[in-house]
Amino acid sequence: MTEQDSTGKKVNMQGVFPMAPVSSCSPESPHPEMMPARLDQPFAEGFMESPSGRIPRVSPSLRTEDRIGTIKARIGVGRMVYTVDPGLYALGEPDRNSPVLVTANYKMSFDSLRGALLGRSAWILVLDTKGINVWCAAGKGTFGTEELVLRIAAVGLKNIVEHKDIILPQLGAPGVAAHLVKKLSGFRVHYGPIRAHDLPAYLDAGMKATRQMRTKTFSLKERAVLIPIELVGTLRTAAIIIPIMFLVSGFLGSKDFVPNLLKDGVFTAAAVLSAVFAGAVLTPLLLPYLPGRAFSVKGFSAGFFTALLLLFLRGIDMGSLHGVLGGSAWVLMMSAVSAYLAMNFTGASTYTSLSGVKKEMRWALPVQIGAGISGICLWLLSGFFA
Amino acid sequence: MRKLSYLKNVATLTVDEARCTGCGACLEVCPHEVLRMNGRRVQIQDKDACMECGACSRNCPAGAISVQVGVGCAAAVINGMLGRSGAGCCCSIDPDNPSSQGPRCC
Ligand code: SF4
Ligand code: SF4
Repeated sequence: MTEQDSTGKKVNMQGVFPMAPVSSCSPESPHPEMMPARLDQPFAEGFMESPSGRIPRVSPSLRTEDRIGTIKARIGVGRMVYTVDPGLYALGEPDRNSPVLVTANYKMSFDSLRGALLGRSAWILVLDTKGINVWCAAGKGTFGTEELVLRIAAVGLKNIVEHKDIILPQLGAPGVAAHLVKKLSGFRVHYGPIRAHDLPAYLDAGMKATRQMRTKTFSLKERAVLIPIELVGTLRTAAIIIPIMFLVSGFLGSKDFVPNLLKDGVFTAAAVLSAVFAGAVLTPLLLPYLPGRAFSVKGFSAGFFTALLLLFLRGIDMGSLHGVLGGSAWVLMMSAVSAYLAMNFTGASTYTSLSGVKKEMRWALPVQIGAGISGICLWLLSGFFA
Repeated sequence: MRKLSYLKNVATLTVDEARCTGCGACLEVCPHEVLRMNGRRVQIQDKDACMECGACSRNCPAGAISVQVGVGCAAAVINGMLGRSGAGCCCSIDPDNPSSQGPRCC
């Protein structure tokens, strides 16, 4: 029961039974997180009697509130608690032979699972992942062997179904050791498809996934839904930076303060927003088509060409020193900002390794900081040649 | 769509073929078809596609796979350097204190 850690030394495998609950947020009582799921959650529609007591029933058709919740979560508003209670749920009219599907207690994970099972009945076992989605929770180990084994026991799963099969999303596999779950709980883990909408086909094929169901893609749509949350976060920062740079540009132009603001200040605001757009919108959308493997390189080129386009549209005068300095300043600053934002998109992507990200950052971060600072210096310097 | 691939020759994945029993558990969980069965032993076929998620090593009953597991997220690395947790990217949230987090992306 040991596994090699990164340094090659033997470590005790996390999640081996018996063990105290993982949670450090349960100082008062030993198992508060092992309470059954409450029946009065807003999305529950009645309950079902079972050998383990009353089990909340849910429907596979999502209501407007559920859909609005998903949209809000995507754009990052009011999402402090977007969770469902851990525990067992009845989807439709499940019986002792119905499949058992396991998911995280992030409401969006739960909704995408039940939404995929229109017209079917199943048991849904929700693990306590502290409101984090399956993939991220598996990486942290909260969607893990130990929580799964404890939860199976807590809901009395062996009294609910006759079979010994549970279906987990494949993306939960980094946290769960299937062979240990079998040993500790008697239940056999089957890894289902990556995408919930493949579940009906997987179930109909007798729990067999095709290669395509097992491969993580990063399609245009998958990239696009990640844009709003990144954009909202970045615009918060931009809302602080833009007014400062707007005022500074009033001192850098050739005219008085106010005419400068109207001309250069407005351009400054447009340039910062375009840089954010290049890094947080264009780069994710055009990801496969931008040059380079490193995200910073992709973002840098998106920012570079956006800057050139913007300067061209503005008709900058490359004959004057003021124009050359200002133009180069914006190319440097915008490329740096876009590269930095693109680099941060690695976290949302589905194919970057930590070793790769660290390697990229070792050279990219200094380059971004260098380009940004020299851009600001050139920009300020251009004020002396107005 | 072209297959996206990240930096070359960085993944820390290794397979000890001598320990592999050929059970196939690792092939099933890998989201990027990094591994393949060669006869009754597993081989690495596309190391550069490995995202170091650790699904294969966690699910290998024979302990034949080792990989330095981590989340490829620049925001998390930066937060780590600055000694903070949370904010920015989905997987850098502190699960013990989820209300303190910044935006969550996936
Ligand atoms: S670490 Fe993840 S991506 Fe890499 S080979 Fe293993 S399962 Fe595949
Ligand atoms: S899980 Fe381990 S033992 Fe099984 S095929 Fe993969 S490497 Fe071999």
